[in-house]
Amino acid sequence: MTSPAWVPRKRRGAEFFLTVLAVFIGIAAYASVGLGVDGTIPADTYKLGGALIVVAILSHLTVRKVAPYADPVLLPLVIALNGLGLAMIYRLDLGRQQINPERAAFANSQLVWTAIGIAAFAGILVLVRDHRRLQTLTYTFGVAAIALLILPLLPYFGRTINGARIWVNFGPFSFQPGEAAKVCLAIFFAGYLVVKRDALALAGRRIMGIDLPRGRDLGPILAGWLISVGILVFQRDLGSSLLFFGLFVVMLYVATERPGWLVVGALLFGAGAYFGYAAFDHVRVRFDAWLDPFSDPDRNGQIINGLFGLAHGGILGKGLGQGSPQLTPYSFSDFIAASMGEELGLTGLMAIILIYGLIVERGLRISLTCRDAFGKLLAAGLAFSFALQVFVVIGGVTRLIPLTGLTTPFMAQGGSSVVMNWAIIGLLLRISDQTRRPAPEISTFASDEETQVVKLS
Amino acid sequence: MNRPIRNIAIACLVLFAALLLNINYVQFVEADSLNDKNGNRRVIDEEFSRDRGAILVDGEPVAESVKSKDEYKFQRRYPEGGLYAPLTGSFSYIYGPSALENSQNRVLSGSDNRLFVNRVVDLVSNKQPKGGSVELTIDPLAQKAAAEGLQRLGKDTKGAVVALDPQTGAVLAMVSQPTYNPNRLASHDFSDVVKSYETYSRDKDEPLINRSTQQTLPPGSTFKLVTAAAALENGVVDNIDDRIKAGARLTFPGIQYSLPNENGGNCGGDRITFERALNVSCNVAFGALAGKVGQEKLAEQATKFGFGTDPIEGLASSASRFTSGDNKLEAPQLAQTGIGQFEVATTPLQMAMVAAGIANGGDVMKPYVVKTVRSPNLRVLEQAQPERLSQAMSSSNAAKLREMMISTVTRGTATSARIAGVDVGAKTGTAQSTPDRPPYAWFVSFAPADDPKVAVAVLVESSDTARDEIAGGRLAGPIARSVMEQVLEN
Repeated sequence: MTSPAWVPRKRRGAEFFLTVLAVFIGIAAYASVGLGVDGTIPADTYKLGGALIVVAILSHLTVRKVAPYADPVLLPLVIALNGLGLAMIYRLDLGRQQINPERAAFANSQLVWTAIGIAAFAGILVLVRDHRRLQTLTYTFGVAAIALLILPLLPYFGRTINGARIWVNFGPFSFQPGEAAKVCLAIFFAGYLVVKRDALALAGRRIMGIDLPRGRDLGPILAGWLISVGILVFQRDLGSSLLFFGLFVVMLYVATERPGWLVVGALLFGAGAYFGYAAFDHVRVRFDAWLDPFSDPDRNGQIINGLFGLAHGGILGKGLGQGSPQLTPYSFSDFIAASMGEELGLTGLMAIILIYGLIVERGLRISLTCRDAFGKLLAAGLAFSFALQVFVVIGGVTRLIPLTGLTTPFMAQGGSSVVMNWAIIGLLLRISDQTRRPAPEISTFASDEETQVVKLS
Repeated sequence: MNRPIRNIAIACLVLFAALLLNINYVQFVEADSLNDKNGNRRVIDEEFSRDRGAILVDGEPVAESVKSKDEYKFQRRYPEGGLYAPLTGSFSYIYGPSALENSQNRVLSGSDNRLFVNRVVDLVSNKQPKGGSVELTIDPLAQKAAAEGLQRLGKDTKGAVVALDPQTGAVLAMVSQPTYNPNRLASHDFSDVVKSYETYSRDKDEPLINRSTQQTLPPGSTFKLVTAAAALENGVVDNIDDRIKAGARLTFPGIQYSLPNENGGNCGGDRITFERALNVSCNVAFGALAGKVGQEKLAEQATKFGFGTDPIEGLASSASRFTSGDNKLEAPQLAQTGIGQFEVATTPLQMAMVAAGIANGGDVMKPYVVKTVRSPNLRVLEQAQPERLSQAMSSSNAAKLREMMISTVTRGTATSARIAGVDVGAKTGTAQSTPDRPPYAWFVSFAPADDPKVAVAVLVESSDTARDEIAGGRLAGPIARSVMEQVLEN
């Protein structure tokens, strides 16, 4: 063999080095929160630091063992975000309890959820040895997604928080099944589209250089759209509605390679958005708050407070523990990006957005290099939905677009979000391991050797 | 499927680029205006916890921050209480900063761009940032003399005094009575602050407003200076000896109304000299002059003295007005306007500017109250530069008007302003408003005539004095004199 073909490298050493850096960022952030608030390093730094080190090492070892060729950058990026998020949630616990000592602390439970998330991540890597196996469960995931979406609407389990009916009570726990539904939907769409893509890609009419699909092929996209509108109507959850629809349209586009779907999707989105604006007060309120928050400072207090925090942080930020992010309602969940911007400044927030951008970039790269259509679609869908989610939530908090309720991946307080995002990273690493793994050696050569002619004397 | 994936990657790039650009906009471009928004508690808390710079008068603080033991670390103090309140304002957590505390906030709080290097040094050396200091142009003795003068008229006196340096426009004294105690609004006992503020704002005497710059009232006969200036500038009268129409009443053809003199006299004849007309403050003569000058020219003269524009930066101020609108005045209205009645309304600061302009050879200087702005390490960041607002009249005409004002002191209505050995020029005014309230007593003056050091305007809006004893000369004159004496002694 003379071809200098690409030599697969595992790069696990690089991943280890980056993971050490990422863990250091998390622990240093935690320590500096203590320095900023009390002037001392928190006594339990070793606890959080130890936990972070343990889970980081475990996750790294799991990857080393069961996905040795997986992308080496994703895991450290995610650990860095998760560590920063933990430090910020701890910082906001302190700040919020200064205002009112009765307020709940979230840092510990978030640490537990992080551990569960990493367990889910490891579990996926261990249990799903080949992502193509998921394709056989296409419709199972489809049904699961629908079930998860309906769950909050059921009378006994469902709970309405802040006007959105997206929560499920399960004994003492409550969680948002929407996050899990997103992953199930991505798997379902990928499996479904791999099979149907040829049918959907049939030429339709060509208008202004764009191939528009045939009317009879509009069925699936209309179904996706109806699901989204259903979420908007019944759960009053603007963000998830947009996220699911965007995910579906983009996967359809990737599967069929026909930009016409984007046009149809955009038109349907426009219609849905207009319908939402016309029909729902809460959509109108969000939209008006986006256009001119200062027209009603009382009602738009949250977004105004978030903007004040960002502006107050300025370029370099106030430093962890030294701003006042706790003044913003939900500074620890929906508005954690604004809290980061206030204390870490424009510089820190840009770094965080770049980390998100790198995660998306690695995800899309995995999709590009993946050899099978299902893996390609799934990786593209997961990466894009991640990008869209980051855009919608950070864009909403920073008043680039109207505010909608989505979680900030890996940073916002909230168990379901942390766990499911770790699961997504698990899936991506699994696909990338498959992708970067050297192609199985063609065994004919070896068998030739084994069956070489033995001269008989 | 790779082409769509690449396109999606580009789309994601656009989304993230939009996020990055947007936070740059919010946290960098828009940050200052967001930080300046009302009700931004972060900024209020932070500024409240900062070692805010002092406001100084002649090196002594009239507003300073001292260490406090509560969560805000510093307490704003006003050692002179209400004396400087119209200038300093108050640094209130609940109601926000007012007056100079507000307009000089960036320097005082240390967030001014010129203090950027200091901030960076503080950041690096981990020191608490400090604010710069602001030195005022006020002469503390003149300020005290003005306040005491008003207080001597009784505790219910409402009035204002403004003294200017005619050659620079520097404000030497600015007093408003009744005043308020800024310490009570800057307190960290917020319930007490609310109570105090409610009391002040419900008080019908309005202690929270700065009467010397915010309140416009009819200037009465002091406005005759503007009419006289217009007459000289437009050639209606050439010399102070020229004889002009006077007499007991000014009549208008075809109209019942006629304009009388203040105390029913005839100003000493049907035709008297221009100088005499000012000395005795002859309504008939100035009413007639206003008619001859015409509305347009008279308005133009008023504008040249500064009417119609906010006169001073950094303090809440109202523009003085010649008429309330653009409407054409009827002859009797124009005559009344010429003697400072009808719709003319001025601030004491504006009348001080008129006197200062006449004293300064016709050049009206722009009033200013901040002399020097210094960084926390006492480096001078800004030194006020005197600036000419306008040339209200030629220097020769100004000299004529000065002479007339001087003789008004020596042998006219303004004798109460006499200072031994100094040429003082002055003009009194007693403006009627409505019959049910006492007239406003005005007094404007300058000294010395050859090298003007001070110009003063005094307004006594109401006092404990009986109504028939109210006259600009008697009530307001002594206050103007004592302020001038204090400035001249230094």
